[in-house]
This record gives sequence, C-alpha cells and structure tokens, in this order.
Amino acid sequence: MFDQSPSPRLPDAAGVGYKPQHFSAILSDPAPVRWFEIHAENYMGQGGRPIAQLRALADRFPVSVHGVGLSIGGEAPLDQDHLSRLATLLARVPVASFSEHLAWSTHGGSYFNDLLPLPYTARTLARVCDHIDQVQTRLGRRMLLENPSSYLAFAESEMSEPEFLTEVTRRTGCGLLLDVNNVFVSAVNLHTDPRSYIDAIPAAAVGEIHLGGHDEDQDEVGQPLLIDSHGKPVAEPVWALLDHLLSRTGPRPLLIEWDNDVPDWPVLAAEAARAQTVLERVAA
Amino acid sequence: MTGVTQSDFRDALLSASVPVPDGMTQPDGSPASRRFNVYRNNVAVGLTEALESAFPVIRKLVGDDFFKAMAGIYLRNHPPSSAVMAGYGDRLPSFLKGFEPVRHLPYLPDMARLELAMRDSYHAGDADPIAPEALAALSPDRFVRARLRLAPSVRLLSSRFPVHGIWVHNTDPARPPVAKGAEDVLITRPHFDPRPRLLTRPAARFVAAIQRGASISGAMAEGGDELDMGALLALLLTDRAIVDIY
Repeated sequence: MFDQSPSPRLPDAAGVGYKPQHFSAILSDPAPVRWFEIHAENYMGQGGRPIAQLRALADRFPVSVHGVGLSIGGEAPLDQDHLSRLATLLARVPVASFSEHLAWSTHGGSYFNDLLPLPYTARTLARVCDHIDQVQTRLGRRMLLENPSSYLAFAESEMSEPEFLTEVTRRTGCGLLLDVNNVFVSAVNLHTDPRSYIDAIPAAAVGEIHLGGHDEDQDEVGQPLLIDSHGKPVAEPVWALLDHLLSRTGPRPLLIEWDNDVPDWPVLAAEAARAQTVLERVAA
Repeated sequence: MTGVTQSDFRDALLSASVPVPDGMTQPDGSPASRRFNVYRNNVAVGLTEALESAFPVIRKLVGDDFFKAMAGIYLRNHPPSSAVMAGYGDRLPSFLKGFEPVRHLPYLPDMARLELAMRDSYHAGDADPIAPEALAALSPDRFVRARLRLAPSVRLLSSRFPVHGIWVHNTDPARPPVAKGAEDVLITRPHFDPRPRLLTRPAARFVAAIQRGASISGAMAEGGDELDMGALLALLLTDRAIVDIY
C-alpha cells in the first residue's frame, strides 16, 4: 500500500555507508559498491556541499536514507518537525529505502544522540507500532526497522526481541533492517543464542542487512561486553552468522557500516567486495 | 510492575551521581550498573565530538583537555534540542560568557559566534551569483537606487575583539598573530567552503544596511566617506556573494 513511489530499489548487492571523504574516490571508481546509505540527519541543511554530494550520489546510485534521530521508541509523541524534515529530505532526491531504529533518543525535548534501549512489553509494542504507522503514513512509504545492539536487559520485558520485531512487522507492515553485528553483540552481551535469534525473525520481512565492526570490553564481573562501535572490520563470527541469515533470506541489500576511524576508500571497498562475494555465492 | 521510565533513564544518563534505575539487569540477573555506563559514555563522547567538530578554534585556544571538560559541563546543562547535530552548540556563546574558568579570555564568546556562523554558512541554501558585469551595466541613476540580495550563506559579525585575526592565526599558524581592537567579519561561501573576510568598519556598515534592504545609495550613506566602494563590491563579486539586484 506504500509502494506508489517510482524510486529505484536497493539491489541485492553490497553497499556502504557514505562518508564525504570518499566522494572523489567513489565517483572515479565505485566498484564493487552498487549503492550507498546516508544518515538522514546529516543532510537536513538547506544546501552547500552535503546536499550537492547527495544529489551527485543519487544521480548515479540507489540511495538508502537511514534515520538515527526519530526516537520511534520514545514515550513522548513523535517530533513532527523532525518527521517533516525527513519528508523534505526524501522529496529532495530519489530514495530507494528509508529505515530507522528500534530505540529511543529524545525525551523531555532533549536529544541524546544515541540509540537507547526499550523493554519489550505490550505497552512499548503498542507505542512503537503507533509511531511506525505515523511515519509510514506521513512519508508515504514502507519503512524498515533496525534491531538494536543491547548491553543490558529489562526485568519488565515480556517477550524476546525477535517476538517483538515479528509482531511489529505483522501489525504495521514495515520491513526489517537486520543488523547481524547487532544480533551478535546482543547475544554475547545477554548470553543468548544468535542463531536462534536469526531463526526466529520473519525472513521475508528482511529488506536490508547491516554489517559493522565491534569493540571488545568486559563488565565488572569479567564477562565479555561487546560494544557496537562501527570502527573496524566486521568480525569473523559475524560473517559466519551472515551466512546463516542469508541461508534463510536469500540475497538481500547488504551494507558495510564504518562510522568511526573511517579508513581510506580501498579498505572499505575491500570489505564491500567480501560482502559481494558472499552474496554471489548465495545467489549461485 | 511499573518498569524503568525514560525520565529515570535520562536522569541517570546525564549524571553519573544519579544511581542507575532498578529494573535493568545483566545476564545473571544482577543490576546492570557498568553496562549502563556504555550508554553514559556513548552520549558524552558523541556530544563532545559534535562540539569539537563545531568549535575547532575554541578547542585550540583552550586546549583539548580543557575543552573536553567544558564540553562535559555544557552537554549536561544544554543537551541538544533537535536530532540535527549541525545545530548543536548554539548556546555555547552565552555559556562561555558565564563560565568562570574562561573569564580571562573575554573574546571566546565572539569566537564561538564566529564558528557558529561559519557552520551556518556551510549548510545554508544555494543561490546563483549575479554576473560580475551586471552591476556595471546599470545606469548611474539605476545603480544608486538598486538593492542587492546577498547569498543565503553570507553572514556578518561584529566584535569588539580581533576575532578574525585570532581565527586566521589559529587555523594557519604561518599567519602572524593579531593586532588588538574591534573587528568586523564577513563570511562568504564562494563554492562550498565558507571564508571569513575582514571588513573595514565603513564596509561592515554598508553590508549591514544592504542586508536590511537599503538601496545602494542608502547603504553608501551608512558607510560614510571612508567607504571604499570599489574594493567592497569587488570582494562581494569575487566571492559570489550577490545573488540578485532588485
């Protein structure tokens, strides 16, 4: 019901998170990268270099817009000004996909610039679904919702994260952006099984996959504590988990996220090449 | 059970002295205090980095460690009010005015205003400049009655401190340290990168009048006898700062 847009679709191929320092390298030789994702909030100015680069990218590649600031899990009503800024951005260039997070980041008029966790209860489920309904109606398109990385659990939670996400997709019609690194990070941190998580999500709803690097730390009792840092290559167990996911979903748009200590283009392109090889093996 | 409210979570997020709310656990069921610190750290680091990238000259003037400590106080008192981080830090000038440890650096608030204006300019809307010969093509009579529309990226800032000189010296150490005294700065954006240009006082008065919608003759009267019109118009044209004659 939201598919009236003539925009391009994301290909079932490797993409990367766009960084302005890679602009010239991408225009001269983007291979093997076939599409790009931008963080919506970095392109909400009126003009200048960010908007010019976005137009140049969107002229050449399918572009995915990934929001980090909508606070879909917030107790407060959705920020209508922010929703309008998103609508403006999505009208500015052809956009193949819009995604946001299962998290909150705004409360009492303050924005915390981080993806904060939610308990999985009937009450938060109703709230998240109501917010997603509003987003899809306002933007006139189906959105994808990304699973968070978790560092702690809520005693009040009544269901697992896959159960929560499954119910959200069923009630709102939204798709999932499955971040495999987040699945792995959460599983290690909360002592759950990442493969069971993958087995429990509705495979047909997965419209995009994220891969990124994490840091390793410890909690106060010496248990491993993984931090979703997006600052290094994708870890080997995460690649293995990707294989398991792709065996369920088949090829999907697959994005490498590298947001901190961003490497030169050839390093990022090599990581994307590995992702592309995995996809081609699955497609064969 | 009532559970953890986002108000409780927020209070502990912004203050390490507020205990972590009950109801959040690690895998063995014990309270997740250190794990909660991941969120505290993410928020503090993320907002501090946003301030560092917005105020590189302030950071250089006060030093990295001092800036980080100051950012920690600022972000707790003034968390962002919007998810658009390109707007974060707009209250730093007034914060610096009242911040006791920098009382001996009275020019810092104006430097913060200059850095905010540079960032505003960077994100401002686009507009095509007039052709350089368009002004010369006006008849003398039409010229004095004409009004000029400046590009959306143009900013004018006046300070009783030599903020332009301090900015230049701290972004290019090869350029000499500054004279004392008030300075007027015009920010232009010829292509994508804003440039701070030092203006004479008469030139700043002229530009301010033009921004208010005065005619060229009206703005010239504001500029006074010492205004070097030729030099100012050449600067505005070279920097693609005039977008319409009306």
